[in-house]
Amino acid sequence: MSEMLDVTLIVNGEQRVLEVPLAETLLTSLRDRLGYTSAKRGCNQGVCGACTVHVRDTTVRACLSLTANCEGLPVRTVEGCDDDRIMQALARSFEAGAALQCGFCTPGMLMSAHALLAANPAPSAMDVREALSGNLCRCTGYQKIIAAVLAAARELAR
Amino acid sequence: MNDSALGRRLPQLGAREKLAGRAQYVADLFRPDMLHGAILASPFAHARIVGCDLSEALAMPGVRAIITGDDFDEAWRMGAFVKDEHALAKDKVRYVGEPVAAVAAETEAQARAAAAAIRIDYDELPAILTPKEALTSDLLVHEHPERYFKTFDSGTAGNLCSRTEFAEGDIEAGFAASDLIFENHFHTQAQAHVAMEPCGALAEVDTSGRLTLWSANQSVFRVQACVSEALGLPMSRLRCLTPWIGGGFGNKMEAHVQPIVAALALKARRSVKLILTREEDFEMVRARHPFSIRIRTGVTRDGMLVAREVEVLLDGGAYADDSPGVLAFSLLCGRGPYRIPHVRCHGRVMYTNKLRFGAFRGFGNAQMTFATESQMDEIAGALGIDPVDMRLRNMMKGKDPWFGGQVPGSNGLLECVERVRDECGWQASPPAPTKPGRRRALGFALAGHQSGLLGTGAIVRMLEDGTLVLNTGATDIGQGSDTVLSQLCAETLKIPVDRIAVVSPDTDGSPFNWGTTASRVTFMTGRSVVEAAREVERKLRDHAAEMLECAAVDLELVEGGFVAVKGVSNLRVSFLEIAKRAHWQAGGPILGSHTWVYERPTIDPKRAAAVGLPFPKIGNYSFCAVAVDVEVDEVTGRAEVRRAWSACDVGRAVNPMLVEGQIEGSFVQGMGFALLEEMVWDGPRLANPTLMDYKIPTIKEAPDEIRSIVVESQDVDGPYGAKGAGEVGLVPVAAAIANAVAAATGARIRRLPLTGERILTAITSAPKQD
Repeated sequence: MSEMLDVTLIVNGEQRVLEVPLAETLLTSLRDRLGYTSAKRGCNQGVCGACTVHVRDTTVRACLSLTANCEGLPVRTVEGCDDDRIMQALARSFEAGAALQCGFCTPGMLMSAHALLAANPAPSAMDVREALSGNLCRCTGYQKIIAAVLAAARELAR
Repeated sequence: MNDSALGRRLPQLGAREKLAGRAQYVADLFRPDMLHGAILASPFAHARIVGCDLSEALAMPGVRAIITGDDFDEAWRMGAFVKDEHALAKDKVRYVGEPVAAVAAETEAQARAAAAAIRIDYDELPAILTPKEALTSDLLVHEHPERYFKTFDSGTAGNLCSRTEFAEGDIEAGFAASDLIFENHFHTQAQAHVAMEPCGALAEVDTSGRLTLWSANQSVFRVQACVSEALGLPMSRLRCLTPWIGGGFGNKMEAHVQPIVAALALKARRSVKLILTREEDFEMVRARHPFSIRIRTGVTRDGMLVAREVEVLLDGGAYADDSPGVLAFSLLCGRGPYRIPHVRCHGRVMYTNKLRFGAFRGFGNAQMTFATESQMDEIAGALGIDPVDMRLRNMMKGKDPWFGGQVPGSNGLLECVERVRDECGWQASPPAPTKPGRRRALGFALAGHQSGLLGTGAIVRMLEDGTLVLNTGATDIGQGSDTVLSQLCAETLKIPVDRIAVVSPDTDGSPFNWGTTASRVTFMTGRSVVEAAREVERKLRDHAAEMLECAAVDLELVEGGFVAVKGVSNLRVSFLEIAKRAHWQAGGPILGSHTWVYERPTIDPKRAAAVGLPFPKIGNYSFCAVAVDVEVDEVTGRAEVRRAWSACDVGRAVNPMLVEGQIEGSFVQGMGFALLEEMVWDGPRLANPTLMDYKIPTIKEAPDEIRSIVVESQDVDGPYGAKGAGEVGLVPVAAAIANAVAAATGARIRRLPLTGERILTAITSAPKQD
């Protein structure tokens, strides 16, 4: 058995103390230990982006991040964004604009879009494509996702 | 205003759950005391299983059950058309990745470790890796396919999985009457579905030994049927349910791991969850059939199509799965949406030692249309006719029948073609390259695709307070069918959508639904929903007639849940008042139900002949025209789609926003098929079973603009005129892109995908290529 380690994470504002194997990924800890299943395992290889979460307000691939490396750090998933102004605007525009179908990529897509709008409140379509280029979607063809992120930015600017 | 009104851009029901991260997919389900499953896959493409030793694995920590092929009777074989497949390999393995054994253990890591510790002794056999080898080899993938149960006259023998032929007119006379004959060969690749959610299942055994099974599915009823066959259990011993589904493009229609997980749960007497890794999902589930297509078309000098012969050879992989259906449907699409008097389409699908090839959005039509619509441009070019004019001269109009003789319920193809042609600026000068060293051109293609087949039903039930429950058994796989079916119900009863609850599909409680596949849910299930709601309406009026002391014919539904005297809207009773009366005083609780099965024959025997027809009653065609603006880099050969126009005739758009979602999603998936995606084998082993090595389109590859054009033609059979929208938009995409590449570069490439390397080679070796 691999070595176990005590790690403290601040997940969605709540302090959580976990005993995890050294090699456990943040995705496994979030999903299997803490029940934050919005982070999805689509490839477990850092390609699909469905597990995108924020660590210290920066997007990371939870499947490539070790829980042990997140000691003391704030981790945020979609479940922790209910009161977040940017996320609310994104959720509204994604819903109204059909920027999701099956929804499996959606939480990761939202976390990437959130990071974009936090850093760049008035992105161009090209900026959106750049920011979401690591989030695969197999349903929508992406057009409505781009439009929804731009619509959320416009709403936030009002 | 009624928020359900047909044509309203209602957001998808369930969107908020998904956006809040609360929607649960099968991997997100946890049961008390749940075990985790893992599968041991075959390392060989073809080998006899001569022995197995489970002792080490059984002794490992946490292991609660292990199953192998020995746990399944010889007779327990599943398959939609040819029952040739066990839940786990028995006696022989037939592809690399085939499940051989499975473990249930306390943790996933323990299960995986134990699976790796199972010792299987194999006697390796030479493998058949291509359908051509399968045709000539003495080796057999299946020793006794003649013993398998088949649902139709499949012709199965040796390595031939099935064969089909359709013919109309007199093909020899047709070629004799042609001025020119064109013959070309086309090849398409294996494409992986890559639904973002990998396949998985969770099975639970209740105290009576009955199984409840949640899984990534496109039909709880297909899951029930497959597991029943594979485990030798009566269907009544299985209850199949669905969580949210993370996309399904054919891969989740037939069984994947459900029989294995069910068998583990029965053996362990505990709940078992098993979710495939992405690599396992690539190697174990199924993929789009590679096709070789020979197409011979005779035309007159003025560009009229006279005769066509199409011959196809499909790699079916190790088990029949949906192969016979894909073969036959592709052949039924060999004429495309055109009038050609003399046609013969025939082909074979072969067993090989590769993973199953099966249903994938387009169901053989995407491959066939790549060939037919590419050749259409070649013919137009050779005759000096504009490719769109060539299509307009020959295409089906009005009540022209589809190949085989079925008359479409409506035909909006002309409007599709004209709108795409006009909006893309087809007659204007070609778009200018964005920079030097690039070439740019438009390409065009058409298609038709069916949406009517098999059985379905709906139950609409009024609760005591006048709200309603809609129960159809149709799994919403993300496309939004719950929303569309609710809109149809709401429209019929003139109530807001939020007064209707949609029941999650449940084989115990829902009416049969063959599946969310073949573009059929809006058309097939939608019609049942409308008919069931109309039965509710009749009962409401009967109650109201007694309550208002007038004749039912003098009553009408009024927006918001009332029945009123016609023209006197204040003389009315509410659904609540009627529901109370029905439940407690008179008539009994109100329920409407409807079931039907598609009954229009595929083939009109007076017009066409068929051999090996797996589906005697399918049809109801939707239509699509696509144009693309493609730019090719002369240095890298890479082609990019700048803009796309896609017009789909969906009969009636119940929800235009969701139809656009189907058009756009279809386009980009078709673009992946055309330009990027290819499963590559290194000998018997899939060389690229990861998203690192198998590329699907990202947001960066998506065109700058996809103009989705919704065309409405009012289908005679569909609910409020609606017909299918799920696949038709994908079907012509590859040909449109190939046609644009040819127009831009002069290089005609007849093999998918159109990678930069292939395009560059074709450009540099022009005029003769491929």
